[in-house]
Amino acid sequence: MKLIYEKSQAGRRASALPRYDELPAAPEIPEDLRRNEPPRLPEVPEFELVRHFTELSTRNFGVDTGFYPLGSCTMKYNPRINERLAALPGFARLHPLQDEDGAQGALELMWRLQEILAEVTGLDAVSLQPAAGSQGELTGLLLVRAYFAARGEAEQRRKVVIPDTAHGTNPASVTMAGYELTPVRTDARGNIDVDDLRGKVDEHTAALMLTNPSTLGLFDENIEEIERIFHAAGALMYYDGANLNAVCGISRPGDMGFDIVHINLHKTFSQPHGGGGPGGGPVAVRKTLEPFLPVPAVVRREDGGFGLDFDRPQTIGKVRGFTGPFGVFVRSYAYLRMWGPRLREMSETAVLNANYVLARLKDAYDLPFDRLCMHEFVLSARTMKREHGCTALDVAKRLMDYGFHPPTIYFPLIVPEALMVEPTETEAKETLDAFCDAMLAIAREAADEPELLKEAPHHRPVKRLDEVRAAKQPVVRYAFDDALERVEAPKGA
Amino acid sequence: MAAAESYPEELKYHEEHDWARVDGDEAVLGITWFAADLLGELVHFEPPAVGSDVTKDQSYGEVESVKAVSDVIAPLSGEVLAVNEQVVDAPETVNEDPYGNGWLIRIRLGDPGETDDLLDAAAYRQVLANQ
Amino acid sequence: MTQQHPFLALTDSDRDEMLGMIGVGAVDELFGDLPDSVRLGRELDLEPALSEQELFAHVAALAERNADASSEVSFLGAGMYDHYVPAVVDAILQRGELLTAYTPYQPEMSQGVLQAIFEYQTAICELTGMDVSNASGYDGTSVAADAFYVAKHATGRSKIVVTEATNPQVRQVVKTYAAGFGLEVVEAPQRDGTTDPDELERVAADAAAVIFQQPNFFGCLEPAPDLVSVAADAGALPIAHVDLLSLGVLEAPGRYGAALALGEGQAAGNFPSFGGPHYGFLAARSEFIRRMPGRIVGETVDTAGERGYVLTLQTREQHIRREKATSNITTNQTLLALGGLVYLTWLGPQGLRELGETCLSLAAYAKQRLAERAGIESVFSTQTTFKEFAVRVGRNAREVVAAARERGVHPGYALGRDYEGMDDVLLVAVTERRTPEEIDRLADVLAEVCG
Repeated sequence: MKLIYEKSQAGRRASALPRYDELPAAPEIPEDLRRNEPPRLPEVPEFELVRHFTELSTRNFGVDTGFYPLGSCTMKYNPRINERLAALPGFARLHPLQDEDGAQGALELMWRLQEILAEVTGLDAVSLQPAAGSQGELTGLLLVRAYFAARGEAEQRRKVVIPDTAHGTNPASVTMAGYELTPVRTDARGNIDVDDLRGKVDEHTAALMLTNPSTLGLFDENIEEIERIFHAAGALMYYDGANLNAVCGISRPGDMGFDIVHINLHKTFSQPHGGGGPGGGPVAVRKTLEPFLPVPAVVRREDGGFGLDFDRPQTIGKVRGFTGPFGVFVRSYAYLRMWGPRLREMSETAVLNANYVLARLKDAYDLPFDRLCMHEFVLSARTMKREHGCTALDVAKRLMDYGFHPPTIYFPLIVPEALMVEPTETEAKETLDAFCDAMLAIAREAADEPELLKEAPHHRPVKRLDEVRAAKQPVVRYAFDDALERVEAPKGA
Repeated sequence: MAAAESYPEELKYHEEHDWARVDGDEAVLGITWFAADLLGELVHFEPPAVGSDVTKDQSYGEVESVKAVSDVIAPLSGEVLAVNEQVVDAPETVNEDPYGNGWLIRIRLGDPGETDDLLDAAAYRQVLANQ
Repeated sequence: MTQQHPFLALTDSDRDEMLGMIGVGAVDELFGDLPDSVRLGRELDLEPALSEQELFAHVAALAERNADASSEVSFLGAGMYDHYVPAVVDAILQRGELLTAYTPYQPEMSQGVLQAIFEYQTAICELTGMDVSNASGYDGTSVAADAFYVAKHATGRSKIVVTEATNPQVRQVVKTYAAGFGLEVVEAPQRDGTTDPDELERVAADAAAVIFQQPNFFGCLEPAPDLVSVAADAGALPIAHVDLLSLGVLEAPGRYGAALALGEGQAAGNFPSFGGPHYGFLAARSEFIRRMPGRIVGETVDTAGERGYVLTLQTREQHIRREKATSNITTNQTLLALGGLVYLTWLGPQGLRELGETCLSLAAYAKQRLAERAGIESVFSTQTTFKEFAVRVGRNAREVVAAARERGVHPGYALGRDYEGMDDVLLVAVTERRTPEEIDRLADVLAEVCG
């Protein structure tokens, strides 16, 4: 398929702008600040623009297209009402610097969302500001810093403990927050190795970062002991909310002893992921950490009105512009109001779906930790690779031919040839069965016709792509006139 | 084409999957077939600067495939005399010929006595067998 | 019995069959790993579930209580702008295949979004004069912090310089991040609305980076090439924070020597939406490609030799390099950046230039009208401005805002919120959506409330 730049013809355009002929001439821009060579933006008529991006959409797969069991990503249905609400002019065209009395509806929505998230997480105060889970993590760690600085322990507590199953964002956030990483092992049942942990937590420890259930889809059975170890050492506990979809209304991070939580609104609470974003990463904390939250805080005033409070002398500052990604809040608020206390059914169904798929697949693939799972589980194609030469990557590519998005592969890192499956609560049993049938068929194909896997996908707009070439000779923008020397557009595209 | 598995007898090995070919007060360093195979086809080598010092057991550079990145550990200490530009330009040379054209750097030894700590081919094979 | 929830599908018999397959008697047994002490043991204390119709009524009523740019004539800017967003943007962003997809880890399932990002990267590089762009950052503040992380590692230095005339929110955010990065943030003062290169020189020594905004927060054009020279001479990376919609009339940062160019993309294709979600763009010269944070899409071929696109140089990123990653960013703002691409395609190069010229003309007209009709003068009268300018209103600007809003006009942003000695200064933004008639009305209202 051609790039939009390859469809461009000088002189065409999709826009007509208002002209105000009676205006004075534009002021002269000094020569050295003026643009002389126009940027080579595409020149296409409006219908060509619509056709181009519509064609691109047909070469993409979303939750609206079909089953998307991408582990750790919680690819659930995104209700369409969310989109209608976020587009209301009172929200979409509302300027973030509008005076408070002109933004009462928006502020009330944010305040109400904070209240709901506090109840769901079992904590006291919420900041909606962080733009994504990773920024929520960094915000949380900066809260940890501020908390210990206020106690005069900033120099003493330099270490953050992270299990080896953690998302890569956790260690990356630790470095960005200026902390040192203390890795801790996973035991044979898939829990944190508590013996390893005991030797690593002391007066130099600032915090634990834990995803529970873990990226293995397992709830840590020793959570009470872990809580005792950290709090006895005077350290804080940080909950990575990536897997909150497993436990809403059943168990709350605050009840597990966590002091800080980030929530991924784009996972658990249905903000569509948009091919990579936007997201939302609100942070919920215990009362003791509230003074350090980002400014401004969204508050309810004594007169019942809503406002922004900038007067927080101990705040870590701002992590993002304004009060956060408001359109994301509208969507997640809408979603949460359509569940209310029935949120528990959402998580129960997510866990039931995952266990059902696990039960159907565990004889055909390796299962590194043979337990009931929570909302997701991790299989391994290790035996398949040894016996038939087919890898987790081959299984993933072959699943595409059956019309499914593949699971997450090669994560977590401690499981070789990992296939991480998260069905979510969305999906009928018929869909789950069709997926299981495909996975079982692929396991048979690996034995009988391994080439079918190795050459997959066979029925996508492109065949398997050469990632080595892309990394070795990075071509990261269209080269215009030089393009013919690189890769020619396929004929007829 | 990736090379077949081998661990030449004339080289010295470090358990972090690095090799050294010692010649007088100089040595050529590289990564073993095992390391190259584990990473997959290399797409990038981040070398140290010529003239800088490398320290035994510490990282002196990085090698990358599409899906993995690894520190390269110095089996011996010394000053970097040369960087293999062929590998910088075509990192897959390491997969094709890990002990020949796929060498990474040449150093002047800081402490020739350090070579005594390294493994011979048989001992390194034993390290691999235990993994 | 409760009604089946519209977002669930399992029937009672499905559930029984599934539990049988799993080998447990009840759903509750699936949660056996949870100790009693961590169980909630009660229903969540939330209001009852709403139907879609009830939800719409409730949330629409909240939206009604906001004074947005369709209910008052707004001259608010200060980083977020009321530019027109064409219908094609809405139409494309609502395509479910794009809207509801995850990050394109599996390229054969995601050629649509991957090609779109590649086209977006190309557009950003064209506009900024840079070689490489990432797939977007959170917003115009966080990409500045990202750039400082690049500069810290590229130079090994630990001080960064931000001009005082850079958006105050950008300055606040980079200070927050700097605490974790171990960086010291120093500000270069503004004089008469712009940054004096000589004063910048005094603070730029030993800096890892110098960031300035063009046009700056006051709407004034900085002597950008001179600021870049000062930074480069000090061995600091020159970083330009720019408005995409100015780049049809203003020079591309790459052409005057900036090492990185970045900014807030909202003005190009996103609604203000009370502050987000929007996209931050981040572009750099090719030498920084391996230090770039976030997703980058690259071109390649498939096994049949056909062109295709993949996420590339992923070893920079957190899921591989973990604690040594160039950033922790994972989720970005792809959908909003796609909105930006659709919008920039809609504009085309001619539209972009015309838009810039219209903003320049309207702002010039507004300055003239405010002087003639209300006797209100620009604060920085000798400076060239783009679509925004500062005026002295002769009394507390926040009071002026309140009084003008009672007359249906939001006259701009009260700069005293961020700058000392500017309590009587208003920052007025004029986009192509403001007509000459609306500008006349602003002048009349200000004449009334400032008189």
